[in-house]
Amino acid sequence: MSLSIHIGSETCQNETLAIIRRRSLRRDIGMTQPNSPKLKGGDVDPAELARLLVTVGESRNVEAFEALFRFYAPKVRAFMTMKTKDRQAAEELMQETMSSVWIKAAQFDPDRGNASAWIFTIARNIRIDAYRRKRPALDLDDQALMPEEAPQADRELEKAQEAKLLRNALATLPPEQQDVLKMAFFEDKPHSAIAEQMGLPLGTVKSRIRLAFSKLRDALEDRR
Amino acid sequence: MSVRHHISDELLLDYAAGTLSEGWSLAIATHLALCPTCRRQLDAMEGAAGALLDKISVEPVADDESWQRMRARLEGSKAPQPESKPKPRGEHRPAAVIPEPLRSYLGSDVEGLKWRALGRGAYHIRIPTDDPSTQVRLLRIPAGKPVPEHTHSGRELTLVLSGSFRDGESVFARGDIEEADDDLLHTPTASEGEDCICLAVTEAPLRFTSWIVRMIQPILKI
Ligand SMILES: [Zn+2]
Repeated sequence: MSLSIHIGSETCQNETLAIIRRRSLRRDIGMTQPNSPKLKGGDVDPAELARLLVTVGESRNVEAFEALFRFYAPKVRAFMTMKTKDRQAAEELMQETMSSVWIKAAQFDPDRGNASAWIFTIARNIRIDAYRRKRPALDLDDQALMPEEAPQADRELEKAQEAKLLRNALATLPPEQQDVLKMAFFEDKPHSAIAEQMGLPLGTVKSRIRLAFSKLRDALEDRR
Repeated sequence: MSVRHHISDELLLDYAAGTLSEGWSLAIATHLALCPTCRRQLDAMEGAAGALLDKISVEPVADDESWQRMRARLEGSKAPQPESKPKPRGEHRPAAVIPEPLRSYLGSDVEGLKWRALGRGAYHIRIPTDDPSTQVRLLRIPAGKPVPEHTHSGRELTLVLSGSFRDGESVFARGDIEEADDDLLHTPTASEGEDCICLAVTEAPLRFTSWIVRMIQPILKI
């Protein structure tokens, strides 16, 4: 495993993000500071990320987008590198992803998901297109869609809170379960290929996946 | 009535990660349209992926050059008009039997389908995809009759769209998905009273042959 993703305890970088946001409100919109603070890794409040994304969607605010870009661009580039192994190609796919985030920001619905999950799905779809694959997707506006039985109230708070719960729950998963999830999401490997690469029986990989998600589901349900 | 037979975590993970090929994904996405429970599971998985993305630790690099390129792109792209609001669901139209994305693959809902006889009262429609690893078909099984040609190797997904079938002790009705593999010996039979329409995805039987065909296609220009 060559991945270097650290799932640790919450360390607060919200302050850095707040600084970037304050800068975003300054007059010199559009002037990039060579030494502007950057968000690198660590934990940023999901609610703050969602607010930035909503701001981009509502008012095409370039500085809010820059804050998102400086946080996500290195991560998306790293995500792309894990598959392509080519830095230049990864940079292109990252640019593609982030420009798609800019264009589609108005479609982000904080009631339906959190910012990082939404950006992951955009990066994933760009990667699928890059490899000329097809992934038939759900149409949430389809007339035949079976609706949720009980719409939950207070969704916005819920989704940002869910993101935090997932982060914390992920940190408590045994390393072998975390590895399987990282290989699936980042290295673009189906669970059968993961089993092959790890030299494990398929059943072992399946049970790691099931254990991991049952723990994540428990974490989300405890709150209700 | 709510769905009782769901997608396994490992298959849904492959779909969430984008590693599942088109044929299987079509069955998964169509099940998701009929199953709010699995939609919530998918959300949780994509949420987990987002949380992992947040945690990717990156070497401290100067991203200014990347950002300048991005800025240039933004200036080139016009601010998109806000999307028109989606139409309220189900306005004046009876809900379709076949949900998206499957309906678009078929080109119509049930009443417009052109079935081909399979014999013994059963019908099917082959659904073309760009995925050479799977065979995707819509099946219509007469009430009370077993699913024909039922030999397969490898994974098989069967998603019920109308009517129901019984397999051993289990009944599969609209929205239910059955995931079978080699070592499961099964004999699905349509329930009495109503024909069963289901989407069946199997591993392509002639995978090797079609691989050769694709290799020589450019040469033969077929
Ligand atoms: Zn389900």
